[in-house]
Amino acid sequence: MQAGEDTLEKVVCEAEVEIKNADGLHMRPAMQFVDLASQFECDVTVSNGENLVDGKSIMQMSMLAATCGTKLQIKTEGPDAEKAINALRELVEHKHFDEPTPGEQKEL
Amino acid sequence: MDIKKGIAVSPGISIAKSLVIDAEDYRIPRRNILPSQRMTEIQRLRNAFSGAIGELTRLEAAQDQAEGGRIKDIFAVHLRFLRDRSLRKKITDLIHADSVTAEYAVSTVLREIASHFSNVKDAYISERAADIYDIERRLLRQLLGRRREDIEHLRQEVAIVARELSPTQTAGFNKKFVKGLATDAGGRTSHTAIVARSLGIPAVVALEDLSELVSGGDTVIIDGNRGIVIVNPDDETIRQYEKYSQEFAELGHKLDAIRAKPAVTRDGARITLLGNIEFPDEAEQVLQKGGEGIGLYRTEFMYLNRPTEPTEQEHYEAYAETVSVFKHRPVIIRTADLGADKYTQSKRFVPEPNPFLGLRSIRFCLQNLMMFKTQLHAILRASLLGEVKIMFPLITNLQEMMQAKMILRDVMEDLDDESIAYNRDIQVGIMIETPSAALMASTLARGVDFFSIGTNDLTQYTLAVDRGNESVSTLYSEADPAVLRLIRTVIQDANKAQTDVAVCGEMASEPAHIMLLLGMGVRTISLAPPMIPEIKQIIRSVTIEECNNIARKVLGMNSERQVSSYLRDAARRVLPEAF
Repeated sequence: MQAGEDTLEKVVCEAEVEIKNADGLHMRPAMQFVDLASQFECDVTVSNGENLVDGKSIMQMSMLAATCGTKLQIKTEGPDAEKAINALRELVEHKHFDEPTPGEQKEL
Repeated sequence: MDIKKGIAVSPGISIAKSLVIDAEDYRIPRRNILPSQRMTEIQRLRNAFSGAIGELTRLEAAQDQAEGGRIKDIFAVHLRFLRDRSLRKKITDLIHADSVTAEYAVSTVLREIASHFSNVKDAYISERAADIYDIERRLLRQLLGRRREDIEHLRQEVAIVARELSPTQTAGFNKKFVKGLATDAGGRTSHTAIVARSLGIPAVVALEDLSELVSGGDTVIIDGNRGIVIVNPDDETIRQYEKYSQEFAELGHKLDAIRAKPAVTRDGARITLLGNIEFPDEAEQVLQKGGEGIGLYRTEFMYLNRPTEPTEQEHYEAYAETVSVFKHRPVIIRTADLGADKYTQSKRFVPEPNPFLGLRSIRFCLQNLMMFKTQLHAILRASLLGEVKIMFPLITNLQEMMQAKMILRDVMEDLDDESIAYNRDIQVGIMIETPSAALMASTLARGVDFFSIGTNDLTQYTLAVDRGNESVSTLYSEADPAVLRLIRTVIQDANKAQTDVAVCGEMASEPAHIMLLLGMGVRTISLAPPMIPEIKQIIRSVTIEECNNIARKVLGMNSERQVSSYLRDAARRVLPEAF
């Protein structure tokens, strides 16, 4: 198995996403992001232009303190980099971490 | 090796491993460690993380998805943090780089993260700082909490080191294993001192920053004779102290030998020596040390460490156990002296801005009649088992005394109605421990059978000094001329009214003060049991005439310093070994 991994080619993907849910990247969304990122083998880094952090660390992700409207650059690096970046983009921009956006009525 | 000087409050020598107790919410002091200890700290950190993860996993599993699973989410987030390798690395790196304890590293790193959140403008995110504090507390509980639990489940001999010990903490001690006490705060009459003397273990207080200096498990020598604590002593020092400790124990045995001999002065004056106790199981110790009864049975401890008040039966059983040890010798039970330093200001009692001048002691009882009557009922019931006497604490005026006695009569009537037998002629006394009571002694004496002078509170109220506050505790002294004049007034007034008078404060345990008290006319003394042989030895070495001379001289002095040094010299002549 070790040998097989070594032969895998290195894929690098990058994408910019915008936080759209009203409360921003607080604890629970950060947890969702980290949980999802951790399912992939590739490295995930996230930057808000100032800081570059590990997308698999909840401490680092939550410390980005990304509020609604913040733009983040996601970079994935590894065999499943493409799958990872798509899944993460989906979570942030389309699912909005299953939370309401400013335009929507809050249900909670 | 560090040597710290404090105030010696209970004699003896102990050489033991330390157990450091942090009060909850007390900021974790920076505790530097040796580079060689870093791996141990990292292992402690690892254990704390896995302990906290286990705790959280159980908590998370116990939450259901109801309410949108919000609480479950909180625990889930905390779990992710604890499993976050970069968080753990940050803490481990700090231990490595700065050689600090796991507690300090956890606190520093998590507080740094928390303050990062607090500084975010967005309210929703800045509030997340609370989550980080919660994680910090959970980890600290893992690191410190076990020690706290250790107090009750000690398996080996330890010396307890703390900033300050509360009655609740000391009540939870496994007394068999606690060999010495050392605290940063406190004075000669602090709670720590009282407990140490009653247990017969050495104690030193007012050590300033000792608890920050000592790490759990360090060897400490507590020298309760000289007021010194030595942290991590070298082999030579340990050897010297072992020798000294043995010599001191031999002196103790020599004193024990006079146990059966009466406390009589060389010119034939008979002195009654009684013991102060807090728990029924200490009664036996009083007897062993040659005490002739209990002069002060403090009952506050019945109320501590429990969610509800003790029942009448529980009171009765504790009193019956004590009285059975003494049969027909006096046992003076003091009614609950709760409040001020004696009671953790729990939710039931709204914290008072000035508890020592607040609703404490007899005042508290007179406003909580059910509780008061329950205790009186039990004391009266126990009165048939021996020579039980009742004593009311902190009386400040005639009215309070009359009220307390009236309630006692009410309870007697209740017992009559219930056809329960009791001693109708039970003796009733009061503590004289406020300047107002001392000044009104001639009036109060007519209403009671006996007085007991509580020198601790009398001194603190007369001199307006908080005995537990180390920055003013040097002003606290029973040898202050103001205190001595009040004591003289009380003794004279009591004698005139033929009311018995005893002294039961810490002053009575002080070898240097005994001759003065005898000279002032005191013939009954109640003191910490371990001190009885030493005090008896002094009594047997003096004459009343000598004591009278000392009292006459001292009462003419105007400064505390003059009195203290004169008394020390006088005592040194009589019992050189003790000084």
